[in-house]
Amino acid sequence: MKWETVIGLEVHTQLATRSKIFSGSSTAFGAAPNTQASAVDIALPGVLPVLNKGAVECAIKFGLAIGATLNRVNVFDRKNYFYPDLPKGYQISQLAKPIVEGGALTIQVGDSERTINLTRAHMEEDAGKSLHEDFHGMTGIDLNRAGTPLLEIVSEPEMRSSAEAVAYARALHTLVTWIGICDGNMQEGSFRVDANVSVRPVGQAEFGTRREIKNLNSFKFLQQAIDYEVRWQIETLEDGGRIEQATVLFDPDTGETRMMRSKEDAHDYRYFPDPDLLPVKLDESWIEQVRATLPELPAAMQTRFQAEYGVSPYDAAVLTGSRALADYFEAAAKACGQGKLAANWVMGELSAALNKADLGIEQSPVSAAHLGALIARIQDGTLSGKLAKQVFEGLWEGAGEVDTIIEARGLKQMSDSGELEKIIDEVMAANAKSVEEFRAGKEKAFNALVGQVMKASKGKANPAQVNDLLKAKLQSQ
Amino acid sequence: MSATSLSALAAQLAAGQVSSRELAQQYLDRIAALNPALNAFITVDAEKTLAEATVADALRATGRAGPLTGVPIAHKDIFCTDGWLTTCGSKMLHNFVAPYDAHVIQQFKAAGMPSLGKTNMDEFAMGSSNETSYFGAVKNPWNPAYVPGGSSGGAAACVAARMAPAATGTDTGGSIRQPAALCGITGLKPTYGLVSRYGMIAFASSLDQAGPMAPSAEDCALLLNVMTGFDSRDSTSLEREKEDYTRDLNQPLAGLRVGLPKEFFAEGLNNEVAAAVDAAVAELKKLGATTVEISLANSKLAIPVYYVLAPAEASSNLSRFDGVRYGYRAPEYGNLDDMYCKTRAQGFGAEVKRRILIGAYVLSHGYYDAYYLQAQKIRRLIADDFNEAFKVCDVILGPTAPGTAFKLGEKSDDPVEMYLNDLYTIPANLAGLPGMSLPCGFDAKGLPIGLQLVGNYFSEAKMLNVAHQYQRATDWHSRQPEGLK
Repeated sequence: MKWETVIGLEVHTQLATRSKIFSGSSTAFGAAPNTQASAVDIALPGVLPVLNKGAVECAIKFGLAIGATLNRVNVFDRKNYFYPDLPKGYQISQLAKPIVEGGALTIQVGDSERTINLTRAHMEEDAGKSLHEDFHGMTGIDLNRAGTPLLEIVSEPEMRSSAEAVAYARALHTLVTWIGICDGNMQEGSFRVDANVSVRPVGQAEFGTRREIKNLNSFKFLQQAIDYEVRWQIETLEDGGRIEQATVLFDPDTGETRMMRSKEDAHDYRYFPDPDLLPVKLDESWIEQVRATLPELPAAMQTRFQAEYGVSPYDAAVLTGSRALADYFEAAAKACGQGKLAANWVMGELSAALNKADLGIEQSPVSAAHLGALIARIQDGTLSGKLAKQVFEGLWEGAGEVDTIIEARGLKQMSDSGELEKIIDEVMAANAKSVEEFRAGKEKAFNALVGQVMKASKGKANPAQVNDLLKAKLQSQ
Repeated sequence: MSATSLSALAAQLAAGQVSSRELAQQYLDRIAALNPALNAFITVDAEKTLAEATVADALRATGRAGPLTGVPIAHKDIFCTDGWLTTCGSKMLHNFVAPYDAHVIQQFKAAGMPSLGKTNMDEFAMGSSNETSYFGAVKNPWNPAYVPGGSSGGAAACVAARMAPAATGTDTGGSIRQPAALCGITGLKPTYGLVSRYGMIAFASSLDQAGPMAPSAEDCALLLNVMTGFDSRDSTSLEREKEDYTRDLNQPLAGLRVGLPKEFFAEGLNNEVAAAVDAAVAELKKLGATTVEISLANSKLAIPVYYVLAPAEASSNLSRFDGVRYGYRAPEYGNLDDMYCKTRAQGFGAEVKRRILIGAYVLSHGYYDAYYLQAQKIRRLIADDFNEAFKVCDVILGPTAPGTAFKLGEKSDDPVEMYLNDLYTIPANLAGLPGMSLPCGFDAKGLPIGLQLVGNYFSEAKMLNVAHQYQRATDWHSRQPEGLK
C-alpha cells in the first residue's frame, strides 16, 4: 500500500519583548534561578495580571505579515492544570477568540513553491522550568521563564513530508525573526516546534489518527522525528496495528519517538475567559501604527531584488534568508552598483568565509561597504578576481580600507602597457621553444606563455591585456 | 465610647485633643477587652499599630495631615498587608506573611490611617455567617449566640462593638452588606472597578469588590474617598476622575424616586424585616421621596447563577494554593499528586472544597455550555432588568437580608439555606452595581435589621446622600449593643 504523510505544526515563538506578558519582570535569558520572578510571576495571593501591549503588537505584526484576520476583539482564557512550574495553577492563553486567524506562508521545497495555510496564532504565557537534576531526589523550580510571552502559531495539516515541514518551519523562523518579534534562538527555546503527524493510504480523504511530537528545538530533530514517526506509524499499520492518539517525545540520542501520554491521560483544562483581564480590543489606528513599523517582507524583497539587481529567483531566495543577510547584500550592491557581482560575492567568498569561521552575517568582519568598495575595484579594472580575493583576505583580517590594502600589498593590476610589453618581451626571449611551437600551430603553447607572463608580473597583469599584447607580438614577428 | 464618627474623631485629632497614638491605644484596649469573646480579629499587633499611629502624629505635626490622618481602621484579613499575617481565614494561609501591601492598604497608609489589625472572615470569603473561618466563628456583638453574618463578619462585628471606628470589607455576593445588616452598621459595596483589587485575595474576580464598613453613611463616604482611584495593576480598575463622595450628603431628598422591586418583598421575607423596611420607606417619603414599584424578574435566578459563576472563578483562583511556594503544605506525602491532594484536603475547609468542586464541575468538558455559559447569559439578563428599572427610579430599595442574624450553628449544616441569605445582595454583584446596607430597626430579639439601597453605576454619592438623610432623621445607626457600651 502507498501511504501519504500528513503534518501540521504548532510553533511556540517567544516574543521579543523586554518584559513579561503580564508583569514587569525582565525576560532576559540565563539569569540566576528565580531572580526574574516578581510577585505576579510567582502568583502570590492577591496579585493580578496586566497585559503587556508590546506582546500584542508582536502578534499584530505577525498577523499582518501573513495576511491573516486580526480579531478586533480577542480574549484571554485560563487553562487550568496543576504543575509545580505553573505558579497560578492555570496558564493564561487564548482559546475561543485568538488574536490571529487564517493567513498563509509560502515555502520553497526544491524547485517547487507551496502555500501553507495557517489556522491561528494566539498569545499566551510560558511556564517556568522544573529542574530534576542536581537536587538529589527533589525537583527545583525556576520561575524566571514563567510569564514570558509566547505566540503559538498553528498551521493547517497541509504538509506532506518532513522536507515540507522543515521548509515551513524555516520560513516561519525567517519571518518571525525578520519582523523582529522573536530572536529565533532555538537552543534557548525561543522557537519550539510541536509536530502533529499522521499517515493515510494515498487517495483516502479522512485523516489518519495523529500523534503529536512535542518540543522539537532544531530543524534537524524536526526532520528526524517526523521521519521516524512516519516509518513507525506505517510499520504499525502494515503489521495490522492501530495508531492511538498520543503525545510523544523525540529522543535525539536514539533517534526515536516515545510515548509521553495517551489520549486517556489528557487533562480537562476547564478553559474559561480570564476575569482578571479585559477582552483585547484592536482599533484600526493601532493596527495601522503597527503596520507602519513592519519592514519590507521577504517575499516582496525577493521580487524587488530580481527586478532591481537582476539576480535570479534562486539567488533572491537565498539572499532573503534573513533580514540581516538581505540588508547586507543590498548595502554591498548599492555601494558598488553591481547587483549580480555583489550577489556572487555575498553567496560565494563571504558565505564560505563566514561558515568556516562559524560566524553569522551580523558578525562579518568585512562590512558591506568594504565588500562594495572591493567589487567596485574589480569593476574598474584595478583588481583581477584573483587579486580581489587577496584584498578580501586583507579586509577579513581588518587591515583597513580596500585601497589601502591594494596599495600596501602592491596588489594593483598592471595598467602600464609599456611595463607589460617589457615583461612579454623577456618571457618570449626566455621561452623561445614555446614561441616556436605556437608559430608551428600549437595553440597550447600560447597558454603556457600567458601563464609565464602572469607569473612574471606576480599576478598583477590584466589577463585580457596579456592575451591581446602577446597575440599581437607573436603574430607580428 | 463617646465620639465614634470619623468626622468627630478627625476633628479631635485636628484640634489636638487626642493624638493618633492615644486614640489607637484606646481602641487596642477595647479590642483586648472584647475580642476574646467576639473573635472579630485574627491578628492584632499593638506594636505595629502604635508605630503607624506615631507616623500619623508626625505627619500631622509637619502640617501634612489629610482629612482622616490618625484615625485608625481595621482591615479584613483578605488584604495583603506588608509584614502582617494575611490568612484569608484559612489554614492554607495560616502562616502567610504578605511581602507587599494591597492597593487598598496602600491608600489607607497614604491617608495616614493606622491599622488596628486584621479582621476575621469566612474562609476565602466563602460564607454568610463567618462560621467557615479556620480561626473560629465571630460572635454577633448584639448577642454572642448569634452569627455576625459574612464573609466580612469580623469587620462588621468590630465596628458594631466599637473596637474600631471603621473597617474595610469585601463583597462578592453580599459579604459587606449582609454582615453590616446583621450587626447594625453601614456598609457599601462600590461599583465594580471603582476600588482596585490588587492585593485583595481573589474569590470570584468578576464579582469581588472592596468597600467601607462603619457606623454611618457619612463615615462610608469619607472612607470611599480614600479607597477609590485608578490602579494600573488591576486591569478591571476604572480610569475615572477622583470624586468627593461627601459632596451630596446634605442634598434634600425632594423628588427622589425610590424603586421597590416587588420580587424583594415577596415570599421568604421575614415579617419583622418587612415591617422595618416599610417604615424606612415611609420615612423617606416624609423626606420628599416618591416610590415606584419595579420588577427585577430575573433576580430570582441570581442565586443559581451566582453559585455557578463564583465557584467557577474560585476553583481557578484557588489553584495557586498548592503547597509549592508558600502557605500550608501537608507534612507527609508520597509523590507530587499526593502532595497536592493532601495539602489541599487538609488546608481547605469544607465550604471552600465544596465550591472548588462545584466550580471544577461547571467548567468541565461537556458541562461548560449548560452551566457556565448559560449562567453568563442570565447574568446579562439580570443586569438588563436593573437598566430598565433605573429608567424610572434613582435608587432601588429593599431588605438587605431576608431575616436578622441566626444562631451559630443553625444553618451551618445546610448550605442551600445559608446561600439564600444572599438572595437580595447577589443581583448587584452580578450586575456590577453599587449597593449598600444601613440599619433600619431591630427585631423582637433586639437584633438589627438592614435596609439595602442599590444604585446605578457610579451613583455612590447619590446613595450616600439618601442614606445620610435617612440617618439624620433616624438613630438606628448610632445605637450600640447594650452590654458593650
